[in-house]
Amino acid sequence: MILVLVETDASGADEVSRETITFARNLSAAGGGVPIDAVVIGDLPVPAESLTDQLASYGVRDVHHVTGDAFSAYGGASWASAVVSVRETTGSVVVTAGGTPRGMEVLAHLAARKGVAMAANVVSFGGLSPFTVTRQVVGGAVLEEMVLDERPAVFTVAGHAVEASPAEARGDGRLVSVNPEVDTADLVARVVSSDPPAADLSGGLKSARVVVGAGRGAGGANKFDDLLELTSLLDGELGVSRVVTSLGWRPHHEQIGQTGSRISPDLYVACGISGAIQHWAGCSSAKTILAINTDAEAPMVSKAHYAVIGDLHEVVPAINEEIKRRRG
Amino acid sequence: MTNVLVCVKRVVDSSGEVVLTEDGQSVDGKFAGYTMSNHEECAVELAVQATAATGGTATVLTLGEPEAVEQLRAALAVGCTAAVHVEADAGAFGPSDVAREIAAVVKEHEAAGRPHDLVLLGNDAADSGDFQVGIRLAYELGRPVVNGAARVTVEDGHVVAGVEAPTGYETYRVPLPAVVTVLEGGVEPRYPTVPGRMKAKKVEVETRSPATEPRGAKRVRLLLPPPQPSSVQILGKGADAAPAVVDLLEQLGVTR
Repeated sequence: MILVLVETDASGADEVSRETITFARNLSAAGGGVPIDAVVIGDLPVPAESLTDQLASYGVRDVHHVTGDAFSAYGGASWASAVVSVRETTGSVVVTAGGTPRGMEVLAHLAARKGVAMAANVVSFGGLSPFTVTRQVVGGAVLEEMVLDERPAVFTVAGHAVEASPAEARGDGRLVSVNPEVDTADLVARVVSSDPPAADLSGGLKSARVVVGAGRGAGGANKFDDLLELTSLLDGELGVSRVVTSLGWRPHHEQIGQTGSRISPDLYVACGISGAIQHWAGCSSAKTILAINTDAEAPMVSKAHYAVIGDLHEVVPAINEEIKRRRG
Repeated sequence: MTNVLVCVKRVVDSSGEVVLTEDGQSVDGKFAGYTMSNHEECAVELAVQATAATGGTATVLTLGEPEAVEQLRAALAVGCTAAVHVEADAGAFGPSDVAREIAAVVKEHEAAGRPHDLVLLGNDAADSGDFQVGIRLAYELGRPVVNGAARVTVEDGHVVAGVEAPTGYETYRVPLPAVVTVLEGGVEPRYPTVPGRMKAKKVEVETRSPATEPRGAKRVRLLLPPPQPSSVQILGKGADAAPAVVDLLEQLGVTR
């Protein structure tokens, strides 16, 4: 049996969790149709029936809902102890989760407890004997084939490795409430307080329809006026590469990339950004990419859909003027 | 007084083109050069701040080839006061192996009267991206662990760690001794000063061999993703391209 740790948001199972279940179905098919169960922990943001209904449409058999005071606040160790408990009762041979901070953390605890390996950021499955997966390393610039020869096989699925899609055949989606005992030692490291982010600093960037990005080519902390004007004309958000925050030109919450925000706008205008793999990891989901760069050979230019070759401080003001001229 | 151990990894600088070694087992740093894994630069900064605030010691540790001493010197130059080098081929060590080696150092130092109350590591290494060494270390040591902290301070025998989660800023307060893994972004790593560099050269590094044989990383091989053919459409050069750009913006429906 395959056990999937499901994380939730206002839509029920969040997108990465639905992608992970979709990934697990390929594995299930390779194994001759082994059942897929889900485990979900703590208070749910949606009614339990709507979550089980949604998970059934993805082919999930049982939904193990872990409840109890011990799970009112998040903790990696306590969540892992609950997943271990569900795994022991179901006898799962595979435990997986989305490659999110919590997915990674809980499964790393589980792997340490079970004394088995964990593969992070898996993008494809290679075969059952031996159980082989391919995962992203070096921020996605390199792939690694790895053998998971212990049971349970533990891995997380990289975001966007597959597209989330409902199953052809519905699962039972049976709700199973569980209330496992938790060792007090597993409650030591838990969230004691949670504050809303100070004015949700990077939320706008992640959900923006248009993002104007700036890299080293911006040239200095005081050289963002034209970029900010374009951002405003397109009703978008400003994002920057790591070098811009490292140099202190712009705040960290504006950073796009492996260690910043991952964006998926309709349009990403990448200005003066060379396109290092760390940055690409954060912007590759943009539907259309327009690169503005002096270097026609820059990776960002070759990966973009459209490009203008030139200094951003000449091109961007000209675009701003053209937009304003056409608006009259 | 809090004595901190901060663990760093020497990794190939992957900001440019990434090249693999001929045997497909590792990333080749011959041309790209090496650096300290990004999250760990912040972990070093947090270690130096925590010891400055409490009057303890900050020891930096790495497991790697002889050249990894460069990364130890870099941490010493910004304020760490002692260094431990487990000399080994890092590529042959899986995350469990690395955790066991760090635990062996912590236990031995503790037995010698040099406890490390707080162990800081990066959340994940920039090369192997395993996302688990800190957590496995916590189990080896029987300590609580907080993962992915942007800010770390020590107060009243506790470590207070702040994690930037999508839903908000989450605070953990955990009694020492503890393990915390760090994500970059919460603090600005300081630059080394000239006196700092001079001082770093004089520190004697504790060099040791691995305590146990590594079990390995279960790696079959590394591969480069197939190159994507470029399908870029060049709209023009310089300011003259502006009308073509605005045509595109209108076509995409992003100009109001």
